[in-house]
Amino acid sequence: MGKTLSQKIWDNHIVQSREGEPDLLYIDLHLIHEVTSPQAFDGIRMSGRSVRRPDLTISTEDHNVPTINIHEPIADETSLKQVETLRTNTKEFGITHYPMGHPNQGIVHVIGPELGLTHPGMTVVCGDSHTSTHGAFGSLAFGIGTSEVEHVLATQTLQQPRQETMAITVNGELPQGSSAKDVVLAVLGAIGTGGGIGAIAEFRGSVIENLTMEGRMTVCNMSIEFGAKAGLIAPDETTFEYLRGRENAPSEEFWEAAVNEWEKLYTDPDAIFDREVTLNGSDILPQITWGTNPGQVIPVNGVIPNPANFDDPAEREAAVRALEYMGLQAGTPISDVPVDTVFIGSCTNSRIEDLRDAAEVIQGRRVAEGIRTLVVPGSGVIKKQAEEEGLDEIFKASGFDWREPGCSMCLAMNPDKLDPRERSASTSNRNFEGRQGRGGRTHLVSPRVAAATAIAGRFSTPEDL
Amino acid sequence: MEPVHIIQGTAVPLDRSDVDTDQIIPSDWLKRVERTGFEKGLFSEWKDNKDFILNDEAYSAASILIAGPNFGTGSSREHAVWAIQQAGFKAVISPRFGPIFKNNSTKNGLVPVEVESDVGERLLAEVQKQPNIEFVIDVEKAIVEIAEIDLQFSFPLEQSIRERFLKGLDDIEITLASETSISQFEQTRLAWLPTQIT
Ligand code: SF4
Repeated sequence: MGKTLSQKIWDNHIVQSREGEPDLLYIDLHLIHEVTSPQAFDGIRMSGRSVRRPDLTISTEDHNVPTINIHEPIADETSLKQVETLRTNTKEFGITHYPMGHPNQGIVHVIGPELGLTHPGMTVVCGDSHTSTHGAFGSLAFGIGTSEVEHVLATQTLQQPRQETMAITVNGELPQGSSAKDVVLAVLGAIGTGGGIGAIAEFRGSVIENLTMEGRMTVCNMSIEFGAKAGLIAPDETTFEYLRGRENAPSEEFWEAAVNEWEKLYTDPDAIFDREVTLNGSDILPQITWGTNPGQVIPVNGVIPNPANFDDPAEREAAVRALEYMGLQAGTPISDVPVDTVFIGSCTNSRIEDLRDAAEVIQGRRVAEGIRTLVVPGSGVIKKQAEEEGLDEIFKASGFDWREPGCSMCLAMNPDKLDPRERSASTSNRNFEGRQGRGGRTHLVSPRVAAATAIAGRFSTPEDL
Repeated sequence: MEPVHIIQGTAVPLDRSDVDTDQIIPSDWLKRVERTGFEKGLFSEWKDNKDFILNDEAYSAASILIAGPNFGTGSSREHAVWAIQQAGFKAVISPRFGPIFKNNSTKNGLVPVEVESDVGERLLAEVQKQPNIEFVIDVEKAIVEIAEIDLQFSFPLEQSIRERFLKGLDDIEITLASETSISQFEQTRLAWLPTQIT
């Protein structure tokens, strides 16, 4: 029997495999940031160990950084301390670090791919659940906790038990106006937040093949939201084209050899997945979450569901609580719901294509009265490129705030936060209670829907404007 | 980590599904650079509500947390595990765990007890009725016993994890014993893989 793509990558990285023990996997790239690394470095120091491969480790600061006045010191003392701790640790252990204001600084999962650090077939880890983003390149990429960060620093390996394999196939063609974000939200609606637990998911099918690399990253980014260990997509011409010429991509000397290797990275036709899910792409309309987990999702022309209609008691209760927290009534068309804030950013949707999508919608229009709007490019590189394309001018002319790169309003660890009961349309990945600020009410959407919502003042698609 | 053999104690019923790690420890708490001091952050947003179950005196001595399905989904923050432990819990029972949370638990000696949905529901109901029933979790046998309600069930615990719990083993120590294999593997690394010159 053949192997699936993830099994091939897994097998290529086994340092040691023993009966009754997890496999020991080699890690090709370790990304670190300020939040999940300080205790790991402390552990290294306390045990008198060292960082085995600082040359395979890259560091950036993203979660805590402000997105305005970045040339001033960080005002929040604890944030400042955390960022400074990372700077000291990376210096002490000889790790490349991109500080705030550096042209390469940005959200950890945005900078890796754009610097050409993520190649097909690699293993990539980071103390951050959205490491799954890098799977878009056909790499095995997953989030780890701080103990495992320490383990990778010390050994450049991880002990990992084998996972099941899962195929998520999206056939057909997306309707005009639907995007990669809608695809992954529709998957979440279909399988729920636990649907991928215990498995590595491979996205396949014509809809996936037709996505750009940016779109594939959006899809893989949210595989952790249904609990998958990792999400990945077989590399193809689109992948190779994206990588060619990037700073850390194989040089011309090695290019052909690298592509030859990469072309072996696909699921064999006779391989069997442990789980299979199939969606019809032409059914996927723009999606929007109504609740407090990303599986609570409806099409943007839908109505807020009635909890009584859920068969599963746990789901029913979760729906009741979610509606209460979100301040919503069952039966309300979501397009009648006004918003206070629109956030375009995060490692899900802050890449150049996302900004272009949003700018196209708002060009020549004004943000609705009284709405707070933030556009936060994912990295210094994207910010620069967007400014070269004049996108910043389009945003500013419409009334959007144009910010410096970082995680921003994705997680309420820096000054960009929602106030209690404030409602947002957000292109990020989590609508958990309090995720964007205590008491804040988050609705996850695509950049196009976020942009149209900013103009309309209520949830809207560009087509409805 | 400290060895864990038997956990004996009462439990608190957190009757909710999809308790994500943002709820377990809100992001404001993640700014700490230490490994301790997270107990006050545990469910800090929910704790402001005086009716929140963890504020209930009847459960103040509990050392086991029982929750609905999909406990610990979301962010990879190990701080969630530290907060639960530092607040005095030694095990969490749920029909399904977020995978990173579960993994993080095992690295710290917090025992994740995965149960069938109907067992999970029954446990929540029983503990809501009688806060004082005593649980015995035997890590070696991977069995939970609750004599008062005449219930005994086993739970999945991989052999390698069980061993780490029982002996209090450190993963890094175990891996470093295979240093030669790691070095050998590194010899086979493809020439074009990215390396930072530092
Ligand atoms: S943008 Fe949000 S999800 Fe992505 S790394 Fe930052 S905080 Fe995490």
